[in-house]
Amino acid sequence: MISRISEVEDGRTEMSMLKTKSSTVRSLLQTILLLFWSAIAVWATEPKGSSPHGTNIFAPASTPAKSIADLSVFVLVITGIIFVVVFALLVYSVVKFRGRAMDAVREPAQVYGSTQIELAWTIIPILIVVVLFLATARVLHAVQDAPQPPGAVEVTAIGHQFWWEFRYPKLGVVTANELHIPVSDPANPTPTFLTLLSADTDHSFWIPELAGKTDLIPNHPNRMWMDPLRPGIFLGQCAQYCGVQHAKMLLRISVDSPADFAAWFRGQQQPAVQDASVATGRRVFESNACMNCHAVAGTNANGRFGPDLTHLMSRVTIASGAATNTPENLRLWIQDPNAIKPGSLMPAMKLSDSDLDAVVSYMETLR
Amino acid sequence: MSSNAITIPGVPIDEKSWVDALHEWVTTVDHKRLGVLYILYSLLFLVVAGVEALIIRIQLMFPHNHFVSPQVFNRMFTMHGTTMIFFVAMPILFGFANYLVPLMIGARDMAFPRLNAFSFWLSALGGLLLYFSLVGANGLYGAGNAPDVGWWAYAPLTARAFSPGHSTDYWTLALLVSGFGSIGTAINIIATILCMRCPGMKLNRMPLLAWLNLVMAGMVLLAVSPLTAAQMMLLIDRYLGSHFFDAQAGGSAVMWMHFFWIFGHPEVYVLIIPCFAFMSEIIPVFSRKPIFGYPVMVAATVSIGFVSMSVWAHHMFTVGMSSYANSFFTITTMAVGVPTGIKIFNWLGTMWGGKIQFKTPMLFSIGFLFQFLIAGLTGIMLACAPFDWQLGSSYFVVAHFHYVIVGGILFALFAAFYYWYPKITGRMLNETLGKLHFWIFLIGFHLTFDLMHIPGLLGMPRRIYTYEPGRGWDTLNLLISIGGFIQAIAVLIFVANLVVSYFKGKKAGNDPWDAWTLEWATSSPPPAYNFSSIPVVASRRPLWDLKHPEDPDSRYE
Amino acid sequence: MSAIANPFPQAPATWRLPDRGKVAMVGLIIAESAIFTIFVVAYLFYVGKSLTGPTPRELLETPIFYTICLLSSSLTIHFAAKSLARDRVGAFLGLWVLTIVLGATFMYGTGQEWHRLIYEHGLTISTNLFGTTYYSLLGLHAFHVTLGLVMLLMVAMFALAGRVGVEQSRRVEVLSMYWHFVDAVWVVVFTVVYVLGR
Repeated sequence: MISRISEVEDGRTEMSMLKTKSSTVRSLLQTILLLFWSAIAVWATEPKGSSPHGTNIFAPASTPAKSIADLSVFVLVITGIIFVVVFALLVYSVVKFRGRAMDAVREPAQVYGSTQIELAWTIIPILIVVVLFLATARVLHAVQDAPQPPGAVEVTAIGHQFWWEFRYPKLGVVTANELHIPVSDPANPTPTFLTLLSADTDHSFWIPELAGKTDLIPNHPNRMWMDPLRPGIFLGQCAQYCGVQHAKMLLRISVDSPADFAAWFRGQQQPAVQDASVATGRRVFESNACMNCHAVAGTNANGRFGPDLTHLMSRVTIASGAATNTPENLRLWIQDPNAIKPGSLMPAMKLSDSDLDAVVSYMETLR
Repeated sequence: MSSNAITIPGVPIDEKSWVDALHEWVTTVDHKRLGVLYILYSLLFLVVAGVEALIIRIQLMFPHNHFVSPQVFNRMFTMHGTTMIFFVAMPILFGFANYLVPLMIGARDMAFPRLNAFSFWLSALGGLLLYFSLVGANGLYGAGNAPDVGWWAYAPLTARAFSPGHSTDYWTLALLVSGFGSIGTAINIIATILCMRCPGMKLNRMPLLAWLNLVMAGMVLLAVSPLTAAQMMLLIDRYLGSHFFDAQAGGSAVMWMHFFWIFGHPEVYVLIIPCFAFMSEIIPVFSRKPIFGYPVMVAATVSIGFVSMSVWAHHMFTVGMSSYANSFFTITTMAVGVPTGIKIFNWLGTMWGGKIQFKTPMLFSIGFLFQFLIAGLTGIMLACAPFDWQLGSSYFVVAHFHYVIVGGILFALFAAFYYWYPKITGRMLNETLGKLHFWIFLIGFHLTFDLMHIPGLLGMPRRIYTYEPGRGWDTLNLLISIGGFIQAIAVLIFVANLVVSYFKGKKAGNDPWDAWTLEWATSSPPPAYNFSSIPVVASRRPLWDLKHPEDPDSRYE
Repeated sequence: MSAIANPFPQAPATWRLPDRGKVAMVGLIIAESAIFTIFVVAYLFYVGKSLTGPTPRELLETPIFYTICLLSSSLTIHFAAKSLARDRVGAFLGLWVLTIVLGATFMYGTGQEWHRLIYEHGLTISTNLFGTTYYSLLGLHAFHVTLGLVMLLMVAMFALAGRVGVEQSRRVEVLSMYWHFVDAVWVVVFTVVYVLGR
């Protein structure tokens, strides 16, 4: 140990006993503070409703999310131990080595360092890093390089400002914003593999309870997968700032039983419902610029700039989750998109009231 | 401030008019005055960017709040980040480096005083350019408003197609200009430290502050330049029709990310390393012991400098790099945590066996140690790529980096203020106000940034102007915002302290803290020429040797 | 063990620190190298990735002559600086002017090549990725050569006015470091653009 003693240390006096007492009070205060914050954190976290699911990364419902959650617990435990040890040392040194008034004259031992101690606290962190890295690399490869089994459902997700386009190339389905995928039985897995593309800026697909997020970047296709282990509605949203309405690019995934999923996509494969009673609305739709951006299968409308509307009424929300799919909201949205999603790229078409009502009635038939 | 007049008893000094005083300050090349200019400039922008933060927090207090429009919110977080990094943190650290490095190495000024002044004014111009965007033009969205592309300005959001008008260009030009200023200052710091040390001050006898600023300056040269290059590419993409980041022509948005983060990650080490320097000077003085393990502290910092240049893509784990690339950046990011952790242990080792004085600088230092420990550990969590696939781009990351920047950098800066204000102004900062500032800020900081980790774990992404209720984020956001206001109050107390103590503070004398480095060997404030004669040193703590001639450091080094 | 040491240490017999001009120029070179590296990385990444338009193989002619000019200018400036250090101002001035001439010839060659590419082949910075990376990388280099030439010209003017003597040899040496850097960058750019990139 490289050191030398500067002065001779005196014995303890009553003064130091008083100091010890106040330092005990200090540690007590710190413990109370710690408990207080934990209590606030627990209280402030609202209880999740039973459906739809929340967005808690520690409530995984799919293998990738579960692998990540398990790894996270391991990492949290290790970092937690490190924290407790170092924090204890900090508190101890602050309490035990506080200066006393009489020390104004005498300096403590001037210690320059210690090779053994420094070596120890270099080697141990290196070992911890090695362990953490090995655990991480295993999960990394398992999730990122997972092969696609034959039963997988394939979805192409295309990010737009500010909505999601979903295509099922093998099933011939095109929809928007709300994804339906089948629940996956571990014995006979039917995971969903997504190819992620972008039509404009960078986006990111994040459903915390089903998988980690993966970005959608133009000219840079990405792949991700999830195998939901229980049915339900799972929520998420875009996680890479993409412009004005990034906050309202919400995601809603319905994990269906295999039968429900089949029923859903068969419905989606049908062309649009032809209802003569809304011919006026359809005419308004097709003679205004609506069909330049939107597609309705089985009609002349095949615009790709905006969401496919063939089965608009099969969706629970509109405007990528910004509003629920009710006639009032739909009317407001068509009349003035900025009222619901200011900055969205859908222009207000300045329709007259009658045209507006007609178009809404037409939309209402697109089940 | 520093007195330029030499007083002769019986000879009156003409009172300077305020115009002359202003002229002196504007044309100064004195490193101390430039240091003060940098610091004052940063404090002004700290308040501005702080207001931007409060606007963000008010908007996020409740879900579906309508305090500001989405357009304004997006400008607020862009300006808050850009201002804080480039016009608060960088200049204030350059300011302290400018002031302290020549004094601590026994020099009379920096190596290139005029380059010093030029660099400062370039940086100042950059800040003004950025804020000129607010008034640059009005009318159409994007035509003349503040930039709203986020402080990383990811392509292709910054392309003309998605960011019409000039707001993005103001961002680019402001940072380009201040980047040149930063490179100038970095060159100056390196030349000063390598070429202007007083006799006897070999490199292994330099104060750690000098060493760490040397490493920081080297990193600035290597880190700011990629940003400069990327911004040139962005400008010619926007105005000359080139295709660097143009996906339609085969360009790559990911390449912008690589270039930006090759700057961005070393940048944050550029910001924290001078704060390590403050801690390495302050903790020993208030523990009454030398720094524990000086050679290892130097080696650790140099290795942080090198390794931190290899970790940048941990900001890109979700971008879709190969699993091998992701693994590489995981291991390098974890590796950089080792020398960083070692430094924390060395500071603890310094306190161990000491006689700790709980003056305000030491309170902030202890806060730094606690908070930097936590920030480093959440960093290790983020280093695990799969964990980052969930936590990245969420409020967990926002909490992590604010823990480093506010809990680490700002706390160290506060400590530095309380420690060196007496040297700069000749007066002590008020200790009672200081303790009030510390405790109130601590409470506000922890209320905001401890809780902020939780919405991230519950799935709240960042950069959203509002959020959906019922996801467990509501009450947390409200409390986080309240903590922001508490911190604002503490900062106001701090500013008040700075102002009041300038006029009414206790006179400090040369060496109010009984410290050991050369800046305390001259008057407070120092004269323009720093030292009446250039000092000669024989150890790392020349003033300890002077005060303890029976047991000097020079006997043991 | 308790002998009182002299609190006022003695200065060491020699205390030599590096020249600050040279250290600063090394710092500048490091920063500029980092900027160039990014442009080189972009060039290499985009080789072969243009979606349309002319390719390097079709268009590029290796500028051997102009490269020789530029690289020999490093030799001439080196000897010019050496001459000045030995107080041989005449030789210094001659070699210095020769350096400028060689550098200007290189710039002429660049201009000629660009003229050919733009007007005969229609390759501009906005044509495709090749155009983008080619003009930006070579343009950045040409800009640095131009700056160097301006500084060299200023020194030549001072020399012609009789103001440059052996006392300025240190500063001239620092400037010649910059010029060597510009030439070294050209070696890299040449290799990347005319050798690897085709």
